[in-house]
Amino acid sequence: MKYAGIARVKAGLKSFGLPRIVILLFILFLNMMLFVLDLPVALTFSQCLVRVGINIVLSLAMAPCIMAGTGMNFALPLGIECGLVAGMISLQFNMTGIAGIAAAMLISIPFSVAAGYAYSLLVNRVKGSEMMVSTYVGFSVVALMCIAWLILPFSHPSIVWPIGKGLRTTITLDAWYDRALNNLWALKLWGVDVPVGLFLVAGLFCLAMWLFMRSKAGLMMKAAGANPKYALANGIKVDSMRALGTILSTVLGGVGIIIYAQGFGFYQLYNAPLMMAFPAISAVLIGGASPKKISILNIVLGTVMFQTMLAVAVPVANSMIPEGNLSEVVRTIVSNGVILYALSRMQSGSKE
Amino acid sequence: MAQQKLLHFRNIRKCFSSNTVLNGVDFSIEPGEIVALVGENGAGKSTLMNILFGMSVIRDSGGFEGDIEFDGKSIRISTPLDAMSLGIGMVHQEFMLLPGFSVARNIKLNRENLSPTLISGLAGRNYRVLDLDSIVREARASLDTLGIDIDPLDTVEHLAVGHMQFVEIAREFNKDNLKLLVLDEPTAVLTESEAERFLACIKTMAESGIAIIFISHRLDEVMRLANRVVILRDGQMVFDENIQSTSKMQIAELMVGRKLDSRSLVNADRIFDDADVVLEIEHLQVDMPGERTRDICLKVRRGEILGIGGLAGHGKAGISNAVFGMYPAKGSIAYEGEPLDFGMEGEALHKGMAFVSEDRKGVGLLLDESIVFNAVFTEMLVHDSYLRELGPFSLFSMSKAENRVKTMIKELDIRCASPRQSVGSLSGGNQQKVCMARALITQPKILFVSEPTRGIDIGAKQILLNYLVKINREQGITIVMTSSELNELRSVCDRIAIVTAGKVEGILKPEAPNVDFALLMSGEGVKR
Repeated sequence: MKYAGIARVKAGLKSFGLPRIVILLFILFLNMMLFVLDLPVALTFSQCLVRVGINIVLSLAMAPCIMAGTGMNFALPLGIECGLVAGMISLQFNMTGIAGIAAAMLISIPFSVAAGYAYSLLVNRVKGSEMMVSTYVGFSVVALMCIAWLILPFSHPSIVWPIGKGLRTTITLDAWYDRALNNLWALKLWGVDVPVGLFLVAGLFCLAMWLFMRSKAGLMMKAAGANPKYALANGIKVDSMRALGTILSTVLGGVGIIIYAQGFGFYQLYNAPLMMAFPAISAVLIGGASPKKISILNIVLGTVMFQTMLAVAVPVANSMIPEGNLSEVVRTIVSNGVILYALSRMQSGSKE
Repeated sequence: MAQQKLLHFRNIRKCFSSNTVLNGVDFSIEPGEIVALVGENGAGKSTLMNILFGMSVIRDSGGFEGDIEFDGKSIRISTPLDAMSLGIGMVHQEFMLLPGFSVARNIKLNRENLSPTLISGLAGRNYRVLDLDSIVREARASLDTLGIDIDPLDTVEHLAVGHMQFVEIAREFNKDNLKLLVLDEPTAVLTESEAERFLACIKTMAESGIAIIFISHRLDEVMRLANRVVILRDGQMVFDENIQSTSKMQIAELMVGRKLDSRSLVNADRIFDDADVVLEIEHLQVDMPGERTRDICLKVRRGEILGIGGLAGHGKAGISNAVFGMYPAKGSIAYEGEPLDFGMEGEALHKGMAFVSEDRKGVGLLLDESIVFNAVFTEMLVHDSYLRELGPFSLFSMSKAENRVKTMIKELDIRCASPRQSVGSLSGGNQQKVCMARALITQPKILFVSEPTRGIDIGAKQILLNYLVKINREQGITIVMTSSELNELRSVCDRIAIVTAGKVEGILKPEAPNVDFALLMSGEGVKR
């Protein structure tokens, strides 16, 4: 009996995965360092919670495309740009507060659907190398939008350059909806700010995705992704499912960036979205997703772990090595390292 | 028989895990002799050749028992390179040529005539240049000796398919040390006149002292070409005689073998109305890799079990795959007199047909998912069953589905720990039963089953076959069953259509003699 218990613990640990255990231990270590180095613990934890809340919808955007079998959506910047366009529209017309955020989200949807559909036509022509193609689609669309930001007819004086043409690179949201969701029904517990409204909204999206995964459409999409021939034999239009997955992912990207921007306090245009797919991908990979399989638990757990690690690691690293700005370096190493690790695992897995 | 034997297989025995695929194979070949190796698919011909060539499949699966003697010496061939250096060559069914290279270069590939240069003097043999003149000259000599009229300077990709086969032969013939050549169904891709010339070419080679093992299903060619016939059946060597002392009929009979017990033909005497056709296939042309059909015309009568048999690669599997839109197809299919849009996904399913694919793991199952999910998946999609509405979502209800699947598990005797176990962890036979359950839960009017017993144990086999007969009788489901195992077809079917070279060669009753089936499969129809 005793041995059986040990075996069960072992099996449990194995399914949880060594990388996750290592990362959890690392997070634990970082948290201890917070106290050891006498850093502002409550403030750091508050930041953790906000980071998790504002990033989770972006991570959620990985779910539909993985289900549909197109792998990680490295073309997330496509959705993000759609969200940014919608955001700019909401600012232009002075939509403020929670209503402004909701309006921006609604406005982003038609843009995302159109862009996602166009992109899905490409995805269905490059079966087998979707992830590589999507990386470059993501990069290209950012470059294209750099031109668009200069020539789109926005005129609100607070969002365009005072001299010359085009939108500013960074637009502070003070006058519109800066942290509107974060502050909605916010609580203070032991000195830590808990952004209840933000969590409710993020939770709503997670719940919707959870239900979708269990619905007929979601199961059809999963089948199309897991085994296209099986899906075809059951009368599922595989290409339509892939298109639907791509569109949903793009829409979530658009909505996600609006939630992200309000919590952050800025819209960042031009080159800012270039690398924004990477933290989302790293998060779901840390959470145990693979380019072929994903669950809501993977997404939530992964986002919590990844964002906590970043939020805590940065002050710790900065106080241990005060010279220079380490935060960006740490973030880059962690997020790219995780992606590299996960992709190499996928290659070895496919051989089995 | 005074001549020294070139090759002698002594009591070869080979098992894949518990499955004996070759047992007591023992025959020999003399120089210049042409031995035809004949047998159904799965009789063990390829395994025997894999042993001869030291292919890694043999070693990886535990080697073989018995002994091979070559040139009077007992040898162990552990890699294909060993076989080549001994002077054993092979012409494969698929061409192994470099399409962008000339005929001459292909013939002399990796054995090119080289001439030294200044650099090769310093850097070694690999830096010598090709002596194209002598390469072309030698290639031409080989081609001429074999009486093949191909310009050695032509590029291979521009040659007719039939000519490529000749280039393969010339390449093997050009090897100085060639003593034994194995030809694996060499005439399958040739037209009739090409085949004639090919056979002449083989004869010439044999006359120059090269021993030839000739694998073919075309009994005509075997009779004309071979000196001796060796027949394998279920891994046993059942026949080894000179060609003069046998006949085509005898070979056909022996190939199929296995006297059928007349009691096992459960559906030999049922009578159906020929006019009551439920599915009519006309001029169906299917582009399924490896199983192309050219022109299939077939009528399925209401309530019958129709068997589709034939050799692998002749297109029998293409028919059911085309009905379910798995591969691009042309032609027309009428279901209950209405045209069926078979190119459209799910059309056949919605009209009340169901499909158990021959590719169990690739097409039939989602291996990571549970038995319940796999079993009800098609039904959920086609009839929206087992769903619960919740706002905009129709959610799949596992508990509703589980009850239905539990009864199927009992009926089909699926051995599992729980209905929620993943199908990947089940044995092959039980996986097949899950596939069957998935098709039957949709309550189809016509059920297409392909290779239902491939790779499963005898117990599960019998359960599945009995179950097919049972649902056909009790629920009146029309069944179209595709199988490579003729006896299996004969034991349950009312009629058996034999597909050869992409066409229905003929339709026989299950009690028809073995010879008739064998002749249809070798493309010499006894149309009736």
